[in-house]
Amino acid sequence: MTQVFDENNRIVPVTVVKAGPCVVTQVRTPEVDGYSAIQIGFGAIDPRKVNKPEGGHFAKAGVTPRRHLVELRTKDAGEYTVGQELTADVLAELATVDVIGKSKGKGTAGVMKRHGFKGLGAGHGVQRKHRSPGSIGGCATPGRVFKGLRMAGRMGAVTTTTLSLKVHKVDTEKGLVLIKGAVPGPKGGLVLVRSAVKGGPVGSDAK
Amino acid sequence: MNTLDALDAESLRDDIPDFRPGDTVKVHVRVIEGNRSRIQVFQGVILRRQGGGIRETFTVRKVSFGVGVERTFPVHTPVVENIEVLTRGDVRRAKLYYLRDLRGKAAKIKEKREVREAVAR
Repeated sequence: MTQVFDENNRIVPVTVVKAGPCVVTQVRTPEVDGYSAIQIGFGAIDPRKVNKPEGGHFAKAGVTPRRHLVELRTKDAGEYTVGQELTADVLAELATVDVIGKSKGKGTAGVMKRHGFKGLGAGHGVQRKHRSPGSIGGCATPGRVFKGLRMAGRMGAVTTTTLSLKVHKVDTEKGLVLIKGAVPGPKGGLVLVRSAVKGGPVGSDAK
Repeated sequence: MNTLDALDAESLRDDIPDFRPGDTVKVHVRVIEGNRSRIQVFQGVILRRQGGGIRETFTVRKVSFGVGVERTFPVHTPVVENIEVLTRGDVRRAKLYYLRDLRGKAAKIKEKREVREAVAR
């Protein structure tokens, strides 16, 4: 993340996303597939590393193999053609976008960090239990711990969507999109930028 | 970190004079009132410079009608028309928070003598 000054000279915190170039590898239509969507690919990959089925899929689309493939449900899938290049310009007219990415892994985390529990008191005779969850259920009734009870464990490294982020600026020349606010994942991570589901039509692009 | 340097460079200003904590400066601030803008001058002592790159800020402190007033500006903000360095202060700290507890003559900062400055450069 960095910051830029807007037209009112106010500071805007932005995340810089390099958008595309992506290529349409498949167009799904209601007649053939039962739904409409486009499949886009991003990132170069050594053709030798692509297995036969995948290689054939790319060959059918007439594009060089890509590292990442993603499918986007969109009503206007018919407007896209296989092999079409998508760059940052498709995001240029959007006001808000959703960003999907894999969040940073936190490893094994306690309940305070993972679920926002309050923990136990800092004083009043609490003995070495300050960050513990407390009780996890009754005794003989029910005689077990309920399923899905929030406990310590692996945190992060899951797919996360941040909804309705404002697009501050799109630099079509460099293929950069400046999105106001933070997006999931580490620096240099892969994210999918799509038009916001809440309000407005669906378009797409990925980093 | 360095991948965004090129983008930040677009927002960086190169007309900022060299100033450091202890210096007395006049900051010419553009103030927008309704639909017209004017320049307001904020004169005081640099209390600190903080951060780096596009994020760098500085704080100016002045005593106005017996009340201490501090304003923090981003170094590279377009709001600041220009910065005038009036005097160079002779201080031994990077953060002059001790000035907040001092009043009147005690809060005065010794001016840096030019001879020493020349040697330091």
